Formats: sequence, structure tokens, C-alpha cells
Amino acid sequence: MQPRSHNFKENAARALHDDVLQSALSNVRSGFVAKRARARSALPEFDQLCNEARDIKNHTLAHLDLYLEAYEAKVVEHGGHVHWAADAAEACGIIADICRQQNARTVTKGKSMIGEEIAINDHLEHAGFEVFETDLGEYLIQIRGEAPSHIIGPAIHLTRPQIEADFRRTHTDLPAERDLSNAENLVAEARAVLRERFVAADVGITGANLLIAETGTSVIVTNEGNGDLTQTLPRTHIVIASIEKMAPTLEDANTILRILARSATGQDMSTYTTYSTGPKRDGDLDGPDNYHVVLLDNGRSAMLGGQFHDMLCCIRCGACLNHCPVYNAVGGHAYGWVYPGPMGAVLTPSLVGVEEAGHLPNASSFCGRCEAVCPMSIPLPKMMRHWREREVDQGRMPLGQRTAFKAWAFLAKRPALYHAATSIGVGFLSLLGRRKGAIRSLPLLSGWTRNRDLPAPQGRTFQDQWRAGWRT
Amino acid sequence: MARGLADMTARERTLSAIRTGLGVSGSDKIRASSAAERLKHHPSGTVPARAKGEIENLATLFADMLEGQAASLDWIAREEDVPEAVARYLRDLNLAARVRIGEDEMLSELPWKMAGALEIASGPAEPSDTTGITRAQVGAAETGTLFLTSGPDNPTTLNFLPETHIAVIRKSDIVGGYEDAWNRLRKSYGEGTLPRNVNLISGPSRTADIEQTMVMGAHGPRRLHVIVVG
Repeated sequence: MQPRSHNFKENAARALHDDVLQSALSNVRSGFVAKRARARSALPEFDQLCNEARDIKNHTLAHLDLYLEAYEAKVVEHGGHVHWAADAAEACGIIADICRQQNARTVTKGKSMIGEEIAINDHLEHAGFEVFETDLGEYLIQIRGEAPSHIIGPAIHLTRPQIEADFRRTHTDLPAERDLSNAENLVAEARAVLRERFVAADVGITGANLLIAETGTSVIVTNEGNGDLTQTLPRTHIVIASIEKMAPTLEDANTILRILARSATGQDMSTYTTYSTGPKRDGDLDGPDNYHVVLLDNGRSAMLGGQFHDMLCCIRCGACLNHCPVYNAVGGHAYGWVYPGPMGAVLTPSLVGVEEAGHLPNASSFCGRCEAVCPMSIPLPKMMRHWREREVDQGRMPLGQRTAFKAWAFLAKRPALYHAATSIGVGFLSLLGRRKGAIRSLPLLSGWTRNRDLPAPQGRTFQDQWRAGWRT
Repeated sequence: MARGLADMTARERTLSAIRTGLGVSGSDKIRASSAAERLKHHPSGTVPARAKGEIENLATLFADMLEGQAASLDWIAREEDVPEAVARYLRDLNLAARVRIGEDEMLSELPWKMAGALEIASGPAEPSDTTGITRAQVGAAETGTLFLTSGPDNPTTLNFLPETHIAVIRKSDIVGGYEDAWNRLRKSYGEGTLPRNVNLISGPSRTADIEQTMVMGAHGPRRLHVIVVG
């Protein structure tokens, strides 16, 4: 998809006033956050495993060229093909070529963030193929023509009545009077509709949560089983994966998998974890005849060794989104591209450029919850600060903000003046908010007060209180 | 291997960009031996304490975890009683007495004809199949996870297409952690080699994509029934 991250401010303002979206977003807090906390506390070794997973990723990245070569050799040994793609256009071209060679008409797809990143559906549809998403969440947004709003729950922004309306709009051959008033019936309908697609597909495309160098294996993690039908029924299975998905051994994969589902959905283990190695073997009664892996770089090799190196440790669990007050307030679409939330705020400028996505690293209160819940301890706030520094260095900060910061710096360097100014300010604000303890609107700060009240100061300034000896 | 000139270029470009970023060369002997050693010895990380213990404890944990993930379990003493246990399960749930079975050495030797009016088929699953029966080669107790391997005897589609999946596992094939399970498979297939698919299955298919409401039977089986023998 075309990035629209430069519109972040407008997107966010719209999202805050979208009541349907706000009701859908409340499910993030009650769902993912509580479930992760339960799963973590049920495994005493969780933190230790996180540290080990981080060490594995560090080791892997430091030897990435070697593990990629070892991985490639193993895929080939098992009868598969490996294709290298420097960018999205190359990856799309390779995949379309494979589909053409197979005389394919229809393609089924498992959920893949790399698929979203390279916009493979658009490319294949323009090339004349029919593409069907099979993960329920991805299917829901495909029939709406939308992008995912969450990296593990692509349709988390939708409510049941919206989905019912979409099904009535698109599944027109089904009886109009059917009951779609509950999630069970909606799931059953999607299952029946997609079953036909699975059976008819010529090519199945999946992503990969991990690539294992030891055996030349790609691993997907799902709960629905759609990924398995996608990659087992068609003649050809294509895996699209970015280069940093590498894990050296099956043991390394174990460690990462032990923290992935717990951090993501709060399950101890996802329902289906599928290891795929090459095409079907002699004598196998099912499985694909051809197995292709497209290894995508798309800006990642340029992140190695630089300020954003640690971002390559990300295992795409989504915990940072779920715990982010900004993501929880505005949802994923406001971020304007494929990766939302704190991980998106760091990754998107690296992949699509700071000109397009420079606003995203500003969408943080630096509360630090993202880093605290990240199983790989990625210093997300620090890296957002790196982007902000670059924004300032490149003179990209708007004049108003630059002036305000200059004024603040001027005051901060002059303690007496600072004290006087804050005392006046606090006195003024206390007066304004004295009746309700909060201020509903304020000149120059309408951007804040339009969506929430500003708490009024409850007394004197910190410095005054310090001097008065209130130090407990 | 089909790799054109353009691919070679992208391959070399990617590898060289990685080496530039890391500030290394591809021929550094210390790096090469560090990676080769890890691949050869595949050292284990921390294994959760609960994955260690005697077989009785592991079997109980295995069952508890699976039931916690909405699977059902049946314990039987003798292999020859598997067909009867299958027939009983289908009867109790009022499901069609029609199954498609894998043909590995254990399942194919069972007295299926004895189990009343059970209709038996073999081969890969078809969309009209209602129940698939496969054998799990090994099970990891730590999360109640079955390891099913593809092969001529174990069509992968049997695990996913029918609405009901019945998995049979010998109690002696229940191990503690994933490491134990992979080491079993390494013994069967050799180091560095796996069959086309190893399916780790920890319950029936599900989705929470609609308002985070859990619904069973998204695309795969609505029911997973595990028969433990021994």
C-alpha cells in the first residue's frame, strides 16, 4: 500500500472522534493485555527466556550472511528454491513470475506482514491473478479494501455489526434472512466461503515467523489452520520472508516460540505451529509439488550496525502496540502504513523514509511501556528519540515547535526567570480550574483540550513545595 | 536449482550489504566456525522446569494442557482398543461413523473392522471428509503439543480438512519439552533433515478476529480428540 504516514496528525484526530473505532479499540485492552499478563505469570522462566531469545537474535544478526547461506543450501538440498529480492518491486516480480510459470489463476494467502509491506495482492491482481486472503482478519479487511490495523489482529478495528454488513454486501448468493447476529455464525460463513477458495487455488503464499538455518525450514504460527490449508492444497507453496527472520537451529526456534505466543495473544503456544521444509517428498500423498522462498531485504541490511540495528530483533508479537497509550487511542490506521504502534514508529521511517513517516516517532509520550513489555527488550523510546533528533538536525521541525522549544530553553537556563514564569503560570491555571480541578479549554492549547481536559495544578510549583520542606 | 542472473545479483547485493553493515568479511574464519558450531551442536536454551519429570507426571501435564486448549482426551490401555474408542467418541457426539485414517505402522494394523459400522477410508483428505485420524509421533507435555509428521503414511490434510481430528499417541511417546521432541525426530530423520511438514498442534482451530471473541473451528477442525494409548 501507498504510505500515508505523513497524514498522521489528521488521521489521529479523525480516529479520536470515531465512536465505532473507539469501541473496537477497547477490546485491545481487555483482550491482549490481560491475556499476556496471565501467560507471563504462569511461566516462571519467561524473563529468562526473553533474555536468551535476545541473545539468539544478536548472535544471528552478527552472523546473518552465514546463516542465510546455510539456510539457502538446506532449502535447495530439500528440493526447494530460494530467490533473493532487494526491494518490494523485485519480490513482487519474482512471485508473479512463479505464478505465471505455474499457469496459475487463483492464489490463496496466509497472513503475512511482508505481503502487506510489498503490497503483493495489488501487484498480483494487476497481473491478472485472483488473490484470496484466508486468515479471517485479513479476509475481513480485504473485502473492505482496507489495510491491517494491527500486526497480529488485522481487523481489530472492526465491530461485529460492521462485519455482518460486509458479509451481506459481498456474499450475495447466500439467503438474505440468514442469522449473522453472533461471531459463531460469521466465522462459520467465512469458513464455508473460503473452503472453496482453498480447494481451487493454484498457488498458496504464506509468510514466515521464523526461518531455520539448521534444516532449511520456514515456520508459521497460526490459530485458524488457514496457513496450513493455504500451503498444503495448491501445487505451489511460496514463502515470503524478510532476512532477519532467521534462527540458527530448532532449539533457537524453541526459545523464540516460547515467548512469541505468550507475548502476542497470551497463549502458551499457538494452536498450529507449522514447520515446512521443501516440497512434498517421493511417496507423499499431499503437499505442494514446488516450494519457493523469497528472501526480502527491503532496507534491512542498511539497518545493520546502525542506530536502528536492534529493531531487527523484533519478532512481531504486537505487545508494544497493545500496551501503547497512543495506539490504544488512535488505532493502527492512523499510522498510515503497514506497521503501527511503537514498533511501526521506529521501523516505518527506516523502510519508507523519514520524509514520509517523520511524524510517527513523535506519536509517543515516552512512557516506556513498549520497551518494558517487549520480549526482545528493544529500546523503542530511545530509537524514537534518534528519529526526533534527526528531524531537528534536518530542520524538519515546524516553526511553532522550534520557537516554543527555544523559548523554553531560554527560560530553563535562567532559574530566577524560570521560577517566576512557572509561579505565574501555575497560579493562572489553578485559578482557571479551581471549580472542577480540570481545565476544559485553553487558548493556544486547543490541540490538547479538544479531546481531553487538562488537569489543573493542585497547589504551588514543585520548587515552591521543595523549598517549603514538603519532601516526603 | 532455478536461479537466474538477476537473482544472483540480488543475492550478492544483499549479502554484501549485510557484511558492510556488520563491518565484516565473508571469509572471517572465527565467524564461520562460530556459526558452523552452533548449527552442528544446536545447544539448548532454558527448558521450563515443568517440562522435566517422570512419564506419569508428564502425561498428566500433557492432558491438562490440551484440555486447557479445548481438546478432549481419552486414555486406553491397549492399541487394539483404538477403533472402539473412536467409534464410541463419534457415537457420543452424534457424528457420522465415517473416518479417513493415516496408514502408518500403528494405525493400519488396528482391527478397524471390529468397531461396528465404522466406515474406513485412507489416503489424503477430501473436502467431504468428516473425521480424520492420524498418529502423533511425539507429544510435548510442556504445552500439550502434538508433533505430527508428513509422509506417505500421514497425509497432512487429514489434520486440517475434516471437521473432527482424532490424534492417536502412545503414552511412551509423550516427552517433556520441545527439545526432547525434536531430538526424537532427529533420530528418525537424521540431523539437519525434516519431512515436508512437521505440524505442532495444541488444540482445535480457533479465531478471535471478531471483537476478540473466541470461536472454535475457524478453518481447521472444530474438534481435536486425543487418544492416549498405554
